[in-house]
Amino acid sequence: MMFGGVFFKSKSTPKYWAIAGLVIIIIANCFELRSGEPFFAVDVKYMLSFNSFNLTFITVALSCTLLYFLLSGRDVEKVGANVSEYFALIFFVLCGVCLSATFNTLLILFLGIEIMSIPLYILTGSDKRNLKSNEASLKYFLMGAFSTGIMLMGIAFIYGGNSEGSFFINNISLGDGKMPELIAIGMVFIMIAMSFKVSAAPFHFWTPDVYDGAPTVFTSFMATIVKVGGFIAFIRLFENSFGKVHHQWQMLIAIIAAATLFIGNLTAVFQQSVKRMLAYSSIAQAGFMLLAIFALNDAAKEGLVLYSAAYSLATIGLFAILIKMNDYTIEGFNGLGKSNPVLAVTGTIFLLSLTGIPLTAGFQSKLFMLMAALRNGHQHWLVLFAVLCAAVSAYYYFKIIQAMFFKDAQVTETAAVEIVTDITPTFKILLVLTAGLIILLGLFPSLLTEWLHY
Amino acid sequence: MFGNDITIPHLLIFFPLIAGLITFFIKKDTSVKAWSLFSVFITLFISIASLYYRNNAALSGLTFNYEWLKYMGASFSVSLDGMGRLLTFLTAFSFPVIFIATYRNSYKNMKAFYGLMLLSQAGLMGVFLANDALLFYFFWELALIPVYFLCSRWGGEKRIAATFKFFIYTFTGSLLMLIGIIYLYLQTGGTPVSDHSFSLQAFQAVSLIPSQQNWLFWLFFIAFAVKMPIFPFHTWQPDTYEQSPTAVTMVLSGIMVKMGVFGVIRWLLPIFPLAVAKFDNVVIGLSVIGMIYASLIAIKQDDLKRLAAYSSIAHIGLMCAAIFTTRELALEGVMIQMFSHGINIIGLWIVIDLIEKQLGTRKISQLGGVAHKAPVLTIMLVVIAFANIALPLTNAFVGEFMMFGGLFRFNAWYSAVAGLSIILAAVYTLNMVQKVFYGDTNSLTDLMKEISLNEKLVLGAVVITIFIAGVYPQPFFELTKDTVAAIGTRFK
Repeated sequence: MMFGGVFFKSKSTPKYWAIAGLVIIIIANCFELRSGEPFFAVDVKYMLSFNSFNLTFITVALSCTLLYFLLSGRDVEKVGANVSEYFALIFFVLCGVCLSATFNTLLILFLGIEIMSIPLYILTGSDKRNLKSNEASLKYFLMGAFSTGIMLMGIAFIYGGNSEGSFFINNISLGDGKMPELIAIGMVFIMIAMSFKVSAAPFHFWTPDVYDGAPTVFTSFMATIVKVGGFIAFIRLFENSFGKVHHQWQMLIAIIAAATLFIGNLTAVFQQSVKRMLAYSSIAQAGFMLLAIFALNDAAKEGLVLYSAAYSLATIGLFAILIKMNDYTIEGFNGLGKSNPVLAVTGTIFLLSLTGIPLTAGFQSKLFMLMAALRNGHQHWLVLFAVLCAAVSAYYYFKIIQAMFFKDAQVTETAAVEIVTDITPTFKILLVLTAGLIILLGLFPSLLTEWLHY
Repeated sequence: MFGNDITIPHLLIFFPLIAGLITFFIKKDTSVKAWSLFSVFITLFISIASLYYRNNAALSGLTFNYEWLKYMGASFSVSLDGMGRLLTFLTAFSFPVIFIATYRNSYKNMKAFYGLMLLSQAGLMGVFLANDALLFYFFWELALIPVYFLCSRWGGEKRIAATFKFFIYTFTGSLLMLIGIIYLYLQTGGTPVSDHSFSLQAFQAVSLIPSQQNWLFWLFFIAFAVKMPIFPFHTWQPDTYEQSPTAVTMVLSGIMVKMGVFGVIRWLLPIFPLAVAKFDNVVIGLSVIGMIYASLIAIKQDDLKRLAAYSSIAHIGLMCAAIFTTRELALEGVMIQMFSHGINIIGLWIVIDLIEKQLGTRKISQLGGVAHKAPVLTIMLVVIAFANIALPLTNAFVGEFMMFGGLFRFNAWYSAVAGLSIILAAVYTLNMVQKVFYGDTNSLTDLMKEISLNEKLVLGAVVITIFIAGVYPQPFFELTKDTVAAIGTRFK
């Protein structure tokens, strides 16, 4: 991919290559999921594991990336000169996502997380002449390096605490009753590092700055596919290695989830810039996804896949609209309903889905999450708290809807300002399709969750 | 979702839904109106047809079950019992009345307005028909969303803030109910394909210990109380009624508040009988406080819309108090009163809207002597006002009499205090009639003209319904007999 840029003169060629490649991977992946027969039998020495949950998740992540390319591919080209590098880096990230969805040892987990993160540092800073982009990149890199260190330390502790000295995740000696100290310390370290990657409070401080500073197209990618990639690693690790001592760390996750929900939602209320608001909203949504790790049962796993899809679809769609806007503040959306009804209506569906209104995928995924958390049987306060936070989230999501439909666009002295630029009919059709997909999943979530049972 | 045959519940939900979606694509404003009117009349016709089904016979035409989310045990299950038929008929009857009464109003972006109105009709129908908790929740929210857009787009000056308050209130309430639904769902027994089930029957079969019932009761009750609204959850209501376009206010006050009442009867009473028995005094107390409080505020109101809004709170408070007595007599009263209140309050809004359209004001202090200029309007209004006070011969008398009867048997003191609200209702209603319609005309009301023929027809229909239901309420009792009996047996 990266060298492709040397050969192709045309600027848009990498995009088409990327899309074509992605389609092939998705088809291969679906085929394997359905039949259980891989295309190439590579001996992975039990380092990776492929089951229906992992593969379904990868399919979701890849499909979302495909959609992301289709919707925002043109905007990726506008960021700078090195188009093919951008696409190549995105593919590296995808590789990391796949590794962290299938890892079977702590080493592969570490590899996956790092392959996922390092290209992102570059992508964040890809707008070289923009000071904010550089700052975000540096900040992200420093913080990310720090969390990597903590994670490595955690892995080292666990390795040391293991009687047999093994990195395999389902081979950790947890002891009877209480966990051995070394393992417990290691687990907490890994939990901190993972919380950092999925931007859970109180390790979320990098998120708004980085999301705000990065070029908007890449923010869209980071906030969706990368984030759910982090979650898949999180839940797989904690289910397979620490699932047996669930009750010992459950409270810790409950507190992290509650803090994430609280901080994300409350701070989002005060944001003026939609981009920043979406950054905080992504923190808030992460809080909801943490409920899956809190609950750790079958419903939670189904819910997490559904949540990943619902959240990614809606957020990618919203960012795709946001990129086209000339003004990123909420006022910038004023009057969009009149000038671009298609964008406004689809945007409304995305927002309703994020809020969790019935008929959208967002509702079904929240329903699954709440169901999982309640089925778990402990800590009902967390569910109540999550629901109240969801009510708060309606406040800021609906502010955008209000701006789009009920307020008029600012009119300068000469003429009405163009609210959006560069809208093609294909873009509109894609948005409508995305919105349709959200509603379809909202009506029949089993379309997606059934894949888990293959 | 249709299976092999199309039943009446299908038609009631999907006809307005599809008609509403079509409306968004009609270009000409006049055809939008004609099409919407046509579609609501078809819905009315379907609903009348449903009334002719006898309670026991031919049930196959009234219930329907489709496995919607098989592995979760949620199904698209709809059925019409007596109360369902009554309320779907109210919905089907109100929309033509509303559309005709506001036929001459013009709105910006007409197709969106009428489209959303029809969608809200579909949502309301769904709420009254759903037999499955998840489906009920779906429609409960879906009825809200179009109304939210209608109010914030076409409402008065402070519409955005008022509607937002309304939305956040109800959304929070609904989410609490959602927790309750999920919790109950996890207690239900399994079906052949799933571990649990969302169906109403399964919910009713769950045996809960008292402490579970107690907190689940409040999760559900808050959602319903916000919708009704019951003191102290009522603060969104006057603002929203005042700021909404009148056609939407009619939907809100005539039909949507019934969602709360309906929810209590359909879901709360049968599922949490112990908690209902435990908290009946609390709820009745709140309702009675709300009745007196709202009536007192109504006396001081100068804005006709706010007056009607507070009067509505008082009436709903009585219904809620009557439900929680769990006496069959009171429940029968609630049934007929749900219908009557819908008709009466819509009639009242029509009159207010006519005055506002002609004179541009709703302030009682600026009006007077309308009777000299518009005698027919005045006659209609006086009948509606009498129904609002529940004088004999009007529909509200029957219902209120029975509700007070039930309340009296429950506890005479409540009945005595609540009875004050009838006197207060007479004070504010007659005061309004006197100041607006009688006395001398002023420079503003000199401009008042008599109402047109179609407005006469609509108000005539309302007035005739008031009298029919007031003189011969028997059909209503027969219609809702099965629902009342089903509740009654659970509380014996």
